[in-house]
Amino acid sequence: MTAPLLEVRDLVKHYRAGSVLGGSRPIVRAVNGVSFQVAPGETLGLVGESGCGKSTVGRTILRLQEPTSGEVRFEGQDLFALDPQALRAARRRMQIVFQDPYSSLNPRLTIGASVAEGLEIHRLVPKHQIRDRVCQLLGEVGLDADMAERYPHEFSGGQRQRIGIARALAVEPAFLVCDEPVSALDVSVQAQILNLLADLQAARGLSYLFIAHDLAVVRQVARRIAVMYLGFIVEMGTTESVIGSPRHPYTRALLSAVPEPDPERQRTRIVLSGDPPSPTAVPAGCPFAPRCFHPAKDARCLSERPALRPAGDGVVACHHAEP
Amino acid sequence: MTGSLARALWLAWRSPTGRIAAITFLLMALVALIGPHLLADPTLIPDAVSGAAAPSASHPLGTDQLSRDVLSRVVSGARVSLAVAALAVALSLTVGAAVGLIAGYAGGLTDAVLMRLVDGALAVPRLFVLLLLVLVWDRIPLAALILVIGVTGWFGTSRLVRGEVLRLRRAEFVQAAEALGATPGRIILRHLLPNVAGPLIVTATLGLGDVILLEAGLSFLGLGVQPPTPSWGGMILDARPVLLTAPWTSLFPGLAILITVLAANLLGEALQSAFDPRTA
Amino acid sequence: MTLLTVTDLRVAFPGPNGRVVHPVDGVSFTMERGETLALVGESGCGKSLTSMALLRLVPPPGRITQGSGILLDGQDLLSLDERAMREVRGGRIGMVFQDPMTSLNPVLTVGDQVAETVRAHQRIAAAAAKARAIQLLGEVGIPEPAERYQAFPHQLSGGLRQRVMIAIALAGEPALLIADEPTTALDVTVQAQILELLERLRESHGMAVLLITHDLGVVAGRADRVAVMYAGQIVESAATDRLFRSPSHPYTQSLFASIPRIEGPVGRLAPIPGTVPAAHAWPAGCRFQPRCPRAEERCAVTPPIVTLAGGQTCRCWLAAPTP
Repeated sequence: MTAPLLEVRDLVKHYRAGSVLGGSRPIVRAVNGVSFQVAPGETLGLVGESGCGKSTVGRTILRLQEPTSGEVRFEGQDLFALDPQALRAARRRMQIVFQDPYSSLNPRLTIGASVAEGLEIHRLVPKHQIRDRVCQLLGEVGLDADMAERYPHEFSGGQRQRIGIARALAVEPAFLVCDEPVSALDVSVQAQILNLLADLQAARGLSYLFIAHDLAVVRQVARRIAVMYLGFIVEMGTTESVIGSPRHPYTRALLSAVPEPDPERQRTRIVLSGDPPSPTAVPAGCPFAPRCFHPAKDARCLSERPALRPAGDGVVACHHAEP
Repeated sequence: MTGSLARALWLAWRSPTGRIAAITFLLMALVALIGPHLLADPTLIPDAVSGAAAPSASHPLGTDQLSRDVLSRVVSGARVSLAVAALAVALSLTVGAAVGLIAGYAGGLTDAVLMRLVDGALAVPRLFVLLLLVLVWDRIPLAALILVIGVTGWFGTSRLVRGEVLRLRRAEFVQAAEALGATPGRIILRHLLPNVAGPLIVTATLGLGDVILLEAGLSFLGLGVQPPTPSWGGMILDARPVLLTAPWTSLFPGLAILITVLAANLLGEALQSAFDPRTA
Repeated sequence: MTLLTVTDLRVAFPGPNGRVVHPVDGVSFTMERGETLALVGESGCGKSLTSMALLRLVPPPGRITQGSGILLDGQDLLSLDERAMREVRGGRIGMVFQDPMTSLNPVLTVGDQVAETVRAHQRIAAAAAKARAIQLLGEVGIPEPAERYQAFPHQLSGGLRQRVMIAIALAGEPALLIADEPTTALDVTVQAQILELLERLRESHGMAVLLITHDLGVVAGRADRVAVMYAGQIVESAATDRLFRSPSHPYTQSLFASIPRIEGPVGRLAPIPGTVPAAHAWPAGCRFQPRCPRAEERCAVTPPIVTLAGGQTCRCWLAAPTP
């Protein structure tokens, strides 16, 4: 078994909302002890609804935000212990693709300049060869080379996503955090981008942390899935087992809520009561307990936080999950 | 940086008021630049002082009490007033943008401290500070005047820039640059500054009008540009004794101020709507 | 009598170079009492504009062109004066928008906003209106409605805000409810709740629902009939079962092939090449032709609307019976 490319251990990210000199500042417990691994060349899907902390996980493991505690080992290096110089070098190997194609590109730079940024920062290519390299990268993501002189506003959402991917690829990363990369795109364009990401993974041996709220999309791209709720991973395992035989009540509810475009296959839906809770008010005990519908829910669920235990070929955080 | 900036400038040009204002401004600048070379020395007092004379063929705008040609004084005054305004605004802009960029990007304590300083400075009326500074300084040299005006005028700009930077910081393209390993300096200069250029240019243009008025006011009080250097405000001050008998001595410098400030404001407004993302 | 009859609806906007473009270009459909019709399409297809046209809320400089027909219970809506139309809006036709955050007035309590709508359509006293508002808030599933009456929009979660929007739409006892992407901005578990609610209300109030969405999954479980829009026109319409079982238009077929599923085998997605054309650059003849995998020469001529078995209609040459 090859060594994991990325190892995350007990990652915690809390922050205070509000300004430095302002009044009361509630603590937002966005991430509460998350651990997982990603192997070279694999895609781990990270799903959950708004407020579950998945985007925060993505940004913190890249150190775009400083963690509150925990450890991230990337290619064997302790990421949080690196000094600015070493961190800059390490950044080449791990990149990010964002959700919103309309704010992920600097509107004042030509797309060629945006794509070339990484090449310039790390001096990967001599100046006179930058132009060629950019054209090469644009071609790799399915865009014409002569588009390099144009500005972002001249492109569609799907094209802008491609440009963002080209920018990330310029530095030859081994690992890509894809933060809801297709959520803001039209249905017919989503498939184009998903296929592109799959092709790039095959061609370059990339690993992905694929963050999304859409389970059907994650099922399409990921071999393993981690389900997050209120800053915790509540279930993790292979895609087949998480989607085929979910063990955590939240996973079940999430699956049953996914709209299925087939009238023949309409499931009985589990409709959760109440709203997704706020990360400023994380309950003691199991985070899902207030909304949980499991018949065996008891006082222990409300007072004792369940740890991730092995179940099937994955792990579940539930006092009453079947093994 | 040029692409959408150029487009915004072109949009401002397309609006009728914007175009008129821009042309007026350019003409004024042109006049200020070459005018003084073509006309008589404005400080020269002829031997035969015959008092103020109404506009005539040889003196299109008349002469003042010391028989100095009003036209050449207005033109020279233009050079001085515009230079003071341009340099003072440039100073304010640079300091204000730098403080705003740093405070906005660094955040935390740096931001809090800088902004409390700015708040404090904004609480003191600018005119008071200026009056204090120039009163204390007997016959203030031009360079010092520019410095003083510039240094008291950057606070609002820093607030504006900081606000824009706070908004941009969370923009994903800034995070992408961070993820690529860009240094804070690179991010500020390459990603933040070009995107605040729009509001900065608008502030600069509107600021020009403000400073021209400010300098004219100070010069009128005898505290700004010192004679014999001509300035519009100074000319109006000199014209006080003959305000009613020789109105052209105060009318033309006054008109010059009016036209220039109006042009600056109209241009600023045109640029503002050109940079507005809704109309772009 | 048919509740709603829309004939040849066309909306004109001034386009570049002084030309006129028609983002809605000849849309015709009917709705019966109590049925749910889903209007499906991607961004730019004109579905939202169609719904706004029904309420005569097309933003200027757009306008509904001559020759369009909108009949509500036999009454011609286009011939009503503004005052009469205002009574229809929020009265016989209710509307729920996509983003509850910007659709609700942030400085008024949610209860007041519901009560305001009640009073706009019924001559009753303020106290009675308040009581009715509380009743409506309860009916849409808001817990403790009498207390929540006093809440401001920002104090409520996305799901609750959407319920308030629905309460406002119900206040006028509408015969037709237009729901424009009512769940797109919501988490998937909340989405399920809201769709359940709409279904329940439809039955209890006997309303017809025009559901506008880009999500085929939402359609499958909730709609009686579906109309698919592309480039300002309805390209296919059918009963939901029939559409999913045997889509006849290549665009519909391509859409199905390009979306990731939560069940069934996982294969490579088949994206639709190219992008949706903008209103000022619509292709001549069949508008889908440039992207259609089955395009032929005759597609350069605008195809007729063909009626197939079971009332299914399709705007395509390939569906036309071979002579």
